[in-house]
Amino acid sequence: MSAATFDHRHLLGIETLKPHEITALLDLADSYVELNRRPEKHSDALAGLTQINMFFENSTRTQASFEIAGKRLGADVMNMAMQASSIKKGETLIDTAMTLNAMHPDLLVVRHPHSGAVDLLSQKVNCAVLNAGDGKHEHPTQALLDALTIRRAKGRLHRLNIAICGDVAHSRVARSNLILLGKMENRIRLIGPPTLVPGQFAEFGAEIYDDMREGLKDVDVVMMLRLQKERMDGGFIPSEREYFHRFGLDADKLSHAKPDAIVMHPGPMNRGVEIDGTIADDINRSVIQEQVEMGVAVRMAAMDLLAQNLRKSRQAEAS
Amino acid sequence: MTLLFINARLIDPEAGTDSLGALLVQDGVIAEVLPEGMEPGQLFRARNIDEASAQVVDCSGKCLAPGIVDIGVKVCEPGERHKESYKTAGLAAAAGGVTTIVTRPDTTPTIDSPETLEFVTRRAQADAPVNVLPMAALTKERAGREMTEIGFLMDAGAVAFSDCDHVVSNTKVFSRALTYARSCGALVIAHPQEPLLSAGAAATSGKFAALRGLPAVSPMAERMGLDRDIALLEMTGAKYHADQITTARALPALERAKANGLDITAGTSIHHLTLNELDVADYRTFFKVKPPLRSEEDRLAVIEAVRTGLIDTISSMHTPQDEESKRLPFEEAAAGAVALETLLPAALRLVHAQQLDLPGLFRALALNPAKRLGLASGRLSADAPADLVLFDPDAPFVMDRFKLRSKSQNTPYDGQRMQGRVLATYVAGTAVFTN
Repeated sequence: MSAATFDHRHLLGIETLKPHEITALLDLADSYVELNRRPEKHSDALAGLTQINMFFENSTRTQASFEIAGKRLGADVMNMAMQASSIKKGETLIDTAMTLNAMHPDLLVVRHPHSGAVDLLSQKVNCAVLNAGDGKHEHPTQALLDALTIRRAKGRLHRLNIAICGDVAHSRVARSNLILLGKMENRIRLIGPPTLVPGQFAEFGAEIYDDMREGLKDVDVVMMLRLQKERMDGGFIPSEREYFHRFGLDADKLSHAKPDAIVMHPGPMNRGVEIDGTIADDINRSVIQEQVEMGVAVRMAAMDLLAQNLRKSRQAEAS
Repeated sequence: MTLLFINARLIDPEAGTDSLGALLVQDGVIAEVLPEGMEPGQLFRARNIDEASAQVVDCSGKCLAPGIVDIGVKVCEPGERHKESYKTAGLAAAAGGVTTIVTRPDTTPTIDSPETLEFVTRRAQADAPVNVLPMAALTKERAGREMTEIGFLMDAGAVAFSDCDHVVSNTKVFSRALTYARSCGALVIAHPQEPLLSAGAAATSGKFAALRGLPAVSPMAERMGLDRDIALLEMTGAKYHADQITTARALPALERAKANGLDITAGTSIHHLTLNELDVADYRTFFKVKPPLRSEEDRLAVIEAVRTGLIDTISSMHTPQDEESKRLPFEEAAAGAVALETLLPAALRLVHAQQLDLPGLFRALALNPAKRLGLASGRLSADAPADLVLFDPDAPFVMDRFKLRSKSQNTPYDGQRMQGRVLATYVAGTAVFTN
């Protein structure tokens, strides 16, 4: 795999990726899935490079996934847990970035509670920056791992009916997925109460439903979103039990989708709020565990491609 | 002291004319507007003016208009003089053709007592080369609980009362303040906005805000705020000016209120007239203003409202912010932009785009704000103060923010091509800026 098909210095969002770049990244990720399934799972793609995971927002899964991905590729990985209280001022964000930059990292994986913050940080450092989620904006590696999961389960990543259900308004996962799946020419439905699925999302080319049974009719993929209680600044829904009753995924609602429809969830799940536990655990329908597995492979691929570009640009500078 | 402008393209917003002529200024006041082609010597002799002491300015066909009267300028004294002082704001105003700045009270501390107002007046007189007229807060500390000493503040020179971007959300407090202000003949300037709906918003809701994941407010919040204020005006009969009307949806309400004979006028900001929400692009914080930039449809509707006179005034809403306040994630970054020096060239975009003519533009920049404040300026007629701007409407340049005279350089027009250069600015017949 050559990075010539992936011409980016950073991975800040799906918005700037072209369809062929998405395909190239997923192809490379497929090969890393194979590597990860071997007893000896090591490559030297990132040998000698330093990866810093900078999480300004709590994360267990994404951070662990990036850490394992970096370690399997031979990078020196360091985790920095940035306490929310230590970044009250944004000067600190830029100052922290400058300080880190002086330590010559090669890959910076950043999650931040504010939209656009990772973009801002990327302008101040001279290494590759990967967005691990910025506010309500984008979470590109999640969309890529979802795409890889769909492609492997369905055999293709185009002309599928895909439903994204639940808290779209507060979800960076939904935005990145909406952009990626739209670029790959799928038909997308957004399902949820209008307080969580605002009408302006129709302008992204999605169809909007406020009835699960109607919206799930004949879909190939059901993507559930986590109800983001921590991002809500007021009453968006009357109660969790009413939400589960009307929008939680259970066997009855799922029966309206195609019989072979897969069920996805970016995790962590609120069982009994947006998804019934038995659906989440149904190995015939749920691909939630595969999503986690694909996450590592996709992050390996993304860091591999960015590292190739980084090395190339440094060589060009040196010569 | 006599000053004669000849070969001037006179922009008269009152008469709505744009024609060649001459202007005679004596002792800081416009003495006479004269037709084209008079010989200066002859003219002086006919009026018994000593030719030796008179100064003749050949305008070479460039525009001579009344100086801009800018309502709502933030000078960061007291409290944040590192962002802007009376000296730098005054220099910026002079360089921008602004001859009167009406300053905002949202300083630290708030201008809400005769004592703080006197401080401001003293500082302004000592340092600023242009006219400075201070506004005072409508409620103490702009907290929306108790009205300020409106009578004393007027005696101390306050020309209007405003809590700036703070909405007095308690309608009882606001209605009493309006009633009291009416009895004093005071002008109240408010920020029409439903404060709970717009809390925390950094953008206008729509596709762009959704794509960027920014907390957004519906443009309807502006109309709701205006509707409430109009109802309170009907109740109190106060003299009211809306600081910024920026959305199409608020316009019919404004039109009805005017038709019903309420004492209401409205302004808008230069940024909402010349920029839209898409200019924010990749979270460019210099484009963060309050209220947030709107859609293109709103922008066009607001321009049309300025053209018809429904919206009365255009302001710079000059708001200096230092680099630190802007080098933050968009949500956290401070709102506001400096605009004293860019106001005229930015406004001329509307003229070059044939959306407004020059007399129409100066009606909104000079005549209407002056009228609303009861000033004699803003006109090109005899007995008006000789507050004038001489400018070349076509001269092109590329905006370089580091050349601005303001202490803060947070302009959204940085790097943009603009047209319109101020050649000279006169306050009471004295040149305060020449280029």
